[in-house]
Formats: sequence, C-alpha cells, structure tokens
Amino acid sequence: MIRIEGVTYSYGDGINALDGVDLEVKDSELLAIVGENGAGKTTLVKHLNGLLKPQRGRVIVEGVDTKETTVATLAKKVGLVFQNPDHMLFAETVEKELSFALTNFGLPPEEIAKRVEWALIEFKLSNYRDRSPFTLSGGEKKRVSLASVLCYDPQIIVLDEPTTGQDSLQKTRLASTLANLNRQGKTVIVVTHDIEFVADFIPRVVVMSRGKIIADGPTEEILIRKDVMEASSILPPQLAELSWKMGLNSPSINTDMIVEEIRQMLRGEQK
Amino acid sequence: MVLAIIEVKGLCYTYPESETPSLIDVNFKAEPGEFVLVTGPSGCGKTTFCRALNGLIPNSYGGDFKGTVVVDGLLTTSTPVYELAQRVGLVFQNPENELFCTTVEREVAFGPENLALPREEIAMRVEEALEIVGISHLKEKSPEELSGGEQQKVAIAALLAMKPKVLVLDEPTANLDPVSAKSVLELMHRLNKNGVTVILVEHRLEMISHLVDRCVVFEGGRIVADGSPREVLYSDKVSELGVGLPKIVQVSRRLSGLIGEQLRFLTSDELASYVRGRLH
Repeated sequence: MIRIEGVTYSYGDGINALDGVDLEVKDSELLAIVGENGAGKTTLVKHLNGLLKPQRGRVIVEGVDTKETTVATLAKKVGLVFQNPDHMLFAETVEKELSFALTNFGLPPEEIAKRVEWALIEFKLSNYRDRSPFTLSGGEKKRVSLASVLCYDPQIIVLDEPTTGQDSLQKTRLASTLANLNRQGKTVIVVTHDIEFVADFIPRVVVMSRGKIIADGPTEEILIRKDVMEASSILPPQLAELSWKMGLNSPSINTDMIVEEIRQMLRGEQK
Repeated sequence: MVLAIIEVKGLCYTYPESETPSLIDVNFKAEPGEFVLVTGPSGCGKTTFCRALNGLIPNSYGGDFKGTVVVDGLLTTSTPVYELAQRVGLVFQNPENELFCTTVEREVAFGPENLALPREEIAMRVEEALEIVGISHLKEKSPEELSGGEQQKVAIAALLAMKPKVLVLDEPTANLDPVSAKSVLELMHRLNKNGVTVILVEHRLEMISHLVDRCVVFEGGRIVADGSPREVLYSDKVSELGVGLPKIVQVSRRLSGLIGEQLRFLTSDELASYVRGRLH
C-alpha cells in the first residue's frame, strides 16, 4: 500500500514539480501515470523509493514514512526501472547484470541461480546470457533492465516508459508479464506516454499536469474525457478520437464496443 | 519510365561473427520524391536495410555482402562515404549519440564545413536548414539543453544542410513523446513535399500511414509486403505478422466483415465521415 499525502516538491527553480499531490495505491493494483513532459510523473515516482523526499506532505510505503528510512531499505520493496537502460546497465554480461542486486542483498547462491534462470527465460534473454548488455539492441537492453529489477522480487514495481523501442508483439508480451506479476499480488505502476498501451492493458489511470493530478480512475472512463485529454495535452487514444468525431452516445476505447456501436448505427439507417 | 533514385538488387547480408543472415534477397526500388514507410517486427532487418542504403553496410561494418545497392547512380560498395553522405542522410533513434557541437548552429554547419564550401554558402545552408525544420530560434543553444524532439530536429537540420536527395530515418521517434513524435513526422511529410525522397522506419503507423506513398514490411530479413499503405495494412499477411495495426484499421476490418463492404480507412476522419455519409 502506498499513500501520498499533500506532497509538494520543487527542484529550486521557483516551479513546483509536484504541487499538493494526493494518491493512494492499494496492494496488487496495476495503474498508469500519464501526462505531458514536465507534468511531474518522474518526480512523483522518485518519491516512492526515497530518491526524493517530500518538501511538504508525506509518502508512506508499506506503512513506513519515506523520510524515516533509507533508499537501501526502500529499494528492496520498490523496484524502479528507468526509461533509459544505458543509465542502469553496467555489468560485463547479462547474467552478472541480473545477479548483481541479488548478491548485494546477500541471497544464497542457489536462490540467485534460480531467479536469474527464471528471468532469462521470462524475458527471452537466454541466448544473451554471456553477452555484454551494451552490445544488445535498444529493445533487448530494456528487457535486461526490467529483468534485473524483477529478479530481486520487490513488492512494488515502477516502470518508467517501458514500451519505448518495443514492437507490438513485445508490448503484448510486456503487458502479460505485468498482468502476471499483478496476479501474484505485486503492485505495478507504469509511467508512460504510450496512451494506446494504457488503453489496451492498464485498468487504472492517473493523469498529471503541471505538478497536479487532474484525473484518476478506471482507464475506460478517464481516457474518453475530452476535457481531461485537452487539459493535459496528451494525444488521445485513436478510438476516443473516433468516438468524438462520430459524436457517439457512449464514447469508448474498446474495439469491440466501437465496432458494435457503428454496426448498430448503420443498421438503424437501413430500416 | 522514371529513373530510380534507389535500387537494391538481390541484397543478402550477414554481420561479421553472426551465423544468421540479417537480409535475404532484398529487392527494392524507390523513385525520386517517393515517401516510403518501412515497418516490421523487431529484428526483422529494418535497421540493417537503412545502413545498407548509405553504405555503412558493408563499408564500415564489414560482414558478408552480396547483391548491389545503387543510390543516385552510385554503387555504394565502390563510393567513398563522404560522397554518399552528400546524397543520403541517415537519422538514428537516439539523437544524443549524433550531436557533439557546442551550439545548434555549429552542429548544423559541421557537414557543409567539411565539404570545404565557401563561407557564404555555409551560412546560407545553415539558415535554410534551421528555417525548414523550424528551429531558427534555437541556433545559439547547446544541443545538450534541448528536449529529445528538438535534438532530433537538430540532427535532421544537420543532414539537410548537406542537401541530400534521400533521407533515411531509422525510428526517429522511438524515444520521443507523442506530441514531439507527431511534429517530427509532420516535418518529414513537409520535406518530402519539397522533393526529398524519404525512407522512414516507424512503428507508429497510426500517425504516419496516411501521409506516405508506399509501405514496405520486413520480416525475417525479407520484404514480405510492398504496396500502397491501404493495400499493405489491409492485407491478410500483414495482419498476421503482429505489426501494430492502427485501431482504425482494426475497426474497419471488423466492420467490413459485418456489413459486407470493403472498408479501407487509415484515419479516424475517413471512417467518421463515411459513417456520417451513410446516415444522412
């Protein structure tokens, strides 16, 4: 469980990167945080593992105030996967990359081997076990950085732009990995610009703009709201846009529902 | 018949120390002024194909290269890189890796300076390139302090200053947010209207497919579809590939089956105005 209460944070440039943010995330939720560049998304998630501490308000992670603990303690609970894998990867081989945190946490060798094996298979990296992460493609590096965090089994997983450079099959695979983790009781938070990925796979969405949360709720209800999409200058999902252009009675981001609604409209016209 | 600006014949290529070929018998032709969208799943050979178009493959990479690539009448395997660079500009995914000068203006001037052009000519080209791309106001800035979208535009302006006939872009929007991505893609459309041949590798088909003349799909190192975007995105083959088909295409395909009429829309405007037309 995460509770963010009235959090304000400024990098000292006179602008509040976070401006009185309240957010509650229950255990085993799957949610997305969206918003334009500079909306405060990354600043917000850096508060979850204590990389940043609130200047006003407080952040409670699993019952612990982040001001009263260390990043090292929080890191075991909250795994942060950054947008640019080049900022995370450093080991000589993919295998060493995956076992690094596990070794630091002092896990027994058999347990480390087991978890690394799981990650190599889950993320289709077995062929790259002995390769340097730096020789991999952008999409492959992203999978290594995600695997290296999931390996140490944090309760809360935060992913910053996990879909960049991934094709549609890999996105679908990523979505099912996230859904799986979620079913195992993990809390998964995805920070993204990829609105179609959110529309297709993420049940709850939090929309940020200029340091504030301007909408929070079920994805299919939030992403069809023209006022919210315009206020946050996000490009809306294609089907929301289609719904608005056709003046549908019940706009939707769901392909089945849109197809059905258009079919009914056209059938009505034939009578 | 128009003379092709790019002609690729029987191209097969395997990277050094790799056992599997990255390109297999690729045949491709582009006419001057064409806008060609290249897509396909990761690892399908798109990037390798781009590198072959400006001679990076095989000239810099080595490897096992068969077949021919001719760009603007020059055979890539026997033309020096500086010659090819004046005809084909290549834009990569990550602009940070390409920019190195202290100001945008110097960055854009770097190419023409290396061609030892007269000072006035360089100044003119730089002005013009910044103008076309719409970043004249950034010329005194350091590329480092710019956003990803702005950096990508600097990289494009730097190529335009070389006055290339062909621009090849390998997922230029991969690291950009949707608003910047849209603006870079619209810029490509504008440059193409000014006569530049554009070869664009892109996953965001919903933003670009209605703006291109042609769509080429790679899979497993081969070209598996080549035609107008409507033909290609509505072909059964491509729908099976796991290329991320735009939602409008998915909806139109489903509707076609239900109402017994072939719909081939690429944008929400097209589909919406068709439905409105049927109702009134």
